[in-house]
Parts: sequence; C-alpha cells; structure tokens
Amino acid sequence: MKILVCISHVPDTTAKINFKDNNTAFDTDGVSFVINPYDEFGLTKALFLKEKHGGTVTVCHVGPASAEPTIRKALAIGADDAIRVDAEPTDGFFVASQLAAIVKENQYDVVICGQESIDYNGGQVPGMLAALLDLPFVNACVGLEVEGTNATLEREIDGGKEKLTASLPLVLGGKKGLVEESDLRIPNMRGIMMARSKKLEVKPATDAAKHTAVAQFEKPQPKAPVKMIAADNVEELVNLLHTEAKVI
Amino acid sequence: MATDQFQSPDYYLLDELLTEEHKLVREATRDWVKKEVSPIIEEYAQKATFPRHIVKGLAEVGAFGPYIPQEYGGAGLDQISYGLMMQEIERGDSGVRSTCSVQSSLVMYPIFAYGSEEQRKKYLPKLASGEMLGSFGLTEPDFGSNPSGMVTNFKDMGDHYLLNGAKLWISNSPYCDVAVVWAKNEEGRIHGLIVERGMEGFSTPETHNKWSLRASATGELVFDNVKVPKDNLLPNKSGLGAPLGCLDSARYGIAWGAIGAAMDCYDTALRYSKERIQFGKPIASFQLQQKKLAEMITEITKAQLLTWRLGVLKNEGRATTAQISMAKRNNVAMALDVAREARQMLGGMGITGEYPIMRHMMNLESVVTYEGTHDIHLLITGMDITGISAFK
Repeated sequence: MKILVCISHVPDTTAKINFKDNNTAFDTDGVSFVINPYDEFGLTKALFLKEKHGGTVTVCHVGPASAEPTIRKALAIGADDAIRVDAEPTDGFFVASQLAAIVKENQYDVVICGQESIDYNGGQVPGMLAALLDLPFVNACVGLEVEGTNATLEREIDGGKEKLTASLPLVLGGKKGLVEESDLRIPNMRGIMMARSKKLEVKPATDAAKHTAVAQFEKPQPKAPVKMIAADNVEELVNLLHTEAKVI
Repeated sequence: MATDQFQSPDYYLLDELLTEEHKLVREATRDWVKKEVSPIIEEYAQKATFPRHIVKGLAEVGAFGPYIPQEYGGAGLDQISYGLMMQEIERGDSGVRSTCSVQSSLVMYPIFAYGSEEQRKKYLPKLASGEMLGSFGLTEPDFGSNPSGMVTNFKDMGDHYLLNGAKLWISNSPYCDVAVVWAKNEEGRIHGLIVERGMEGFSTPETHNKWSLRASATGELVFDNVKVPKDNLLPNKSGLGAPLGCLDSARYGIAWGAIGAAMDCYDTALRYSKERIQFGKPIASFQLQQKKLAEMITEITKAQLLTWRLGVLKNEGRATTAQISMAKRNNVAMALDVAREARQMLGGMGITGEYPIMRHMMNLESVVTYEGTHDIHLLITGMDITGISAFK
C-alpha cells in the first residue's frame, strides 16, 4: 500500500503569537515549529497501516526550506521518503493544487491529511484535494481500517460516530482518534541517523491560482481584569452580567 | 506529580550553534523524559527504588551508546548529540542519567575502544538494546581518588584468570548482567576484564540508605576466586590510562548532564517566583529573588558555552582530560549552587517532592563526588597549568 501523509509545519502550541509588517505577516522570530498535531496522528496511523499491510509511507509538505527540520522529524519517526514543494503555502486552493499534482504523479492508495492545521485553521486543503482528484473524502476521520481495496472509516458527527465504507484510493482529514496520543512516536536516535540518508525530494511548484490573500491579522483583545463580587450580592452579579458583560 | 512544564533557557541563543539534527536529538530526548521519567521519578526516588522498567525505554530512545557505530547497535551520533541527551536525561534525574553514563561510557565505550572484535559483537548490541545492563568497577573501599593503588587482582591459571577483590560505589551493580572490572595482573599492570553475572564467586550486594541518587541502584562488586575466561580480558589497552579514558567520556557526559539539572531548578524557581504572592505581589518582583535568578541564568549560560565548545573539541578528537575535568567540576558545582538557591526561593515547598529541586540537590551531592571529586578535578587543572602534580 502506498500512503501519502500531507504535513504542515506549524508553531508549537506554547509559542507566543505576534505579527509584523503592519499585521500582515506572522512573526516567526523566536518561534519553534512542530508537525501539525492533526497530521501527526495521521502519520502515526500511516505507520501502523504500513506495519500491518506492508508498503511505503511518503510525507509531503508545501513550504519553504525552513520546514525541512519538521520533514526530517517525520522521516526519523519512520516515514520512508519525503517530498517538499518549494512554495509559500499561503492559500488553501494553491496548496491543494500542489498536493494534487504530487498524488497524480505517484498514485497513492491512501492520502492522509490532518483535518486542519492548527496555525491558520483553514480546514480547506483535504476537501479541495479530494475534489481536485475526484476521490472519496472523509473529514474529521477518527478510524480507518483497510482490507484489500476497501476501507472502513469512522468520523465524528454531532452526538456520535458515523461508519462509512469507501474504496481506495481515498483522501481523509484525520484527527485524534485515528490513533491515540499515547500512540504518537518519539523519534529514537537510530531513526534520526537513518533520516539523514532518506530521500527528501524538492520540487518546484506547479502553476495554480491563489484565490485568497491575507489583508490583516488581528489578535484577540486581552482579557479584562476579574471583578470580584461578594457571594451574597446576586443582584449586582446579574446587573453586571447584563449591563457590562452583556451576556444575559 | 504535577505536569512537567519545563522550558529550557537559551539566553545567548546557543541553539544557533547547534545543527537541526542536534535539536531533534534534544527534542526527542526531552519528549521521552517528559513522557517516561517525569511522571514516575519522584515516587521511585521517595521509595529509593530503581525504576528498572525504564531500561527498555532508554534503549529504545537510543540512550545507550548513542555515539557507538550502528554496526554494534549504537546510533553513530556525534559527541554534542550525546551531551544533549545526557543534559535532557539529567534534567529528569541524575540517577537515570547515571545509568546511561555507566552503560554508554563505562561499559560500551571500553568494550568498543579496548575490546576485541568478538567482544564487541558479543556484548555491544545487547548493551545497546538494554538486553544487558552493565556496570564498571574501578573504585575500591580504600582506593577512590587514588585508583592506581587498587588491590583487586587476577592470576593467570593457564586456561583462565582467577579474580579476587572488591569494588565499591558501583552504579547499576545490583542489576548488572556484565561488569567491566579493572584489576592488576601478577606484574601489577591494570587490565580490564568482562565479568558476567552467574560466574561462581561473583556477587553484587546493594548499598542501602542513600540520601542521593535514590532512583539509581548502587552496590558492590565482590570477586571471591572468580574464574574469568581468558577471552574476557580487554586486549587492546592496559594501564591506568585505560579506565581513565572511559572516565573522560563519562565526565564529558556529566558536564552536560549537570546543566540539565541546573536548568530544571532554574526553570522551576522562575515559574514559582512569578506565581507566588507575598506582600501583595509576586516574589519575582523582589530584588533578592531577582539576584538569585539572574545569577542562576548567568552561570547556566556560561556553562552552556563552556560545554558546547568542549563538545566541538571532542568531536574533533582534541578535548583533553584536563579540559573535561574543568567542565565537569565547574558545571556540577554550578548546578549544586543553582539547586540550593532555587530551593530557598521555593521556601518550604522547596523541600517537598511536589517540586524536583531537593531531589536534584541531593543527587548532585553524589555527582560532585563521583567520577573524580570536585577537589581532584581542581588539582588536575592545577597540574595541567603548572606541570606539577599536587596529589602524588
């Protein structure tokens, strides 16, 4: 089975977020980056599938060379090879178009994306990718089993789960549940050494439209200080919730 | 125990001196420590029990012989990677780091550097995989700083050697499967022998009631007419320089490890001082507390620079014994000072197992003594710069 895992390179969840250039660009100064957590669940699932059924796991990233440490980490965890499309990933359709070109060229059986990236939370790429390839697509996927050319998938829906069947090849947008947090793999030293010699192919971007551009970023307002009200002063609490917080 | 919130200080942007691979090695080891060591270490230290189950995990992450070539089961990484791993593991606990130092630098290293090809193939892959745990016997009850006076000895009996004597203060000894033991032959020349558990007359009694390295097992190696096969002698180096070569490697790892312990104490005290309110404001706003924190980060930064440079020299094969002594001595003393100051900043909370500081401080009392005491390392520097030995 040939599996492609699409990975994003995102700020660590503890990073302090700031913007530069008149709030039009993310300030990466002093920020450490990680594999997008949704993608890491997908990568781990891909390794499980490979170990069960055989095959290969390729990781693909659309982005500049500064993301290569993240790609090397994916290789150290166990992916067999990697492709980086050398372009700024600023627009969902553009990224999906790049990934579609890679899938068309190499014919994967399963394409695993995270359901969204935790930086810009666009949530567009997996669905667009499936549409561009005219393949089955399951988003918010929390379960995947493959038997021959058939797949059984689970996805979260309001108040429960939906079980689906689909035939390969397919695209999914995964999340926690595909594997559990305790299943995530920490690269070991041999893996890190082996990653040195694994193939990381850099490809130029194919022509594709960028349908959106960032006009400006805005940070949420800082939280207002806490106002303490005596426990027996319910009237004042209700008054403030109504007139100041305006939540009732 | 509370969630491990550790964030490493990098005041002089020293990460820019590291390769991406170094950073990945450090991150992987840190993640492993947060997952496998931090949640359990306090309980094992309180119970004074060796968390034997983590030997397998240490092997899986690659903490045993990371710089040993891959063909013998190691990862073939460089010396800075090894140092960073020791830093992160000691950030968790000096006892766990001690287990790794012994396995890597005092057991795998001499077998790799002084052993025959057969010995390398027989032992190194099993030591790297954690299937075997090793210990190292140099120190004796009456010979600590003066190892050349050792009395442990072996006689050539024709088809085997007969080993007699005892070694003391041996990390891993109660659980070890093999021991690299240094003993004198009939001419008084020091040689290394690989002694295996199960050899008749070989026992490993545990040393109890330690107030330090409580999550690491320490004991003796006792040899009562032990028949050691001749194939178990390390053939490629003899004399005191052989065990001292192992100590260079281990001390180098300790120099990095001590920074890890200091970082954990600093990071804990910094976070606590911003949260702890006295006189209506965080204690971090008081000058005396800021003095402590500022001095801690200054000393940690100096130690980081010293040790990074030592790593570069070691990668180039140019690090001298005296340079390694300087870094071991400086960094362990620095870590001990940081631990003591940090402990004070936490007040009464600092003495409890809710925080790692007192455990680090007690551990470091061993680290400042073993692998060459604080004073002996000073005299090694003194001898190096004057050309005159003050301890012989």
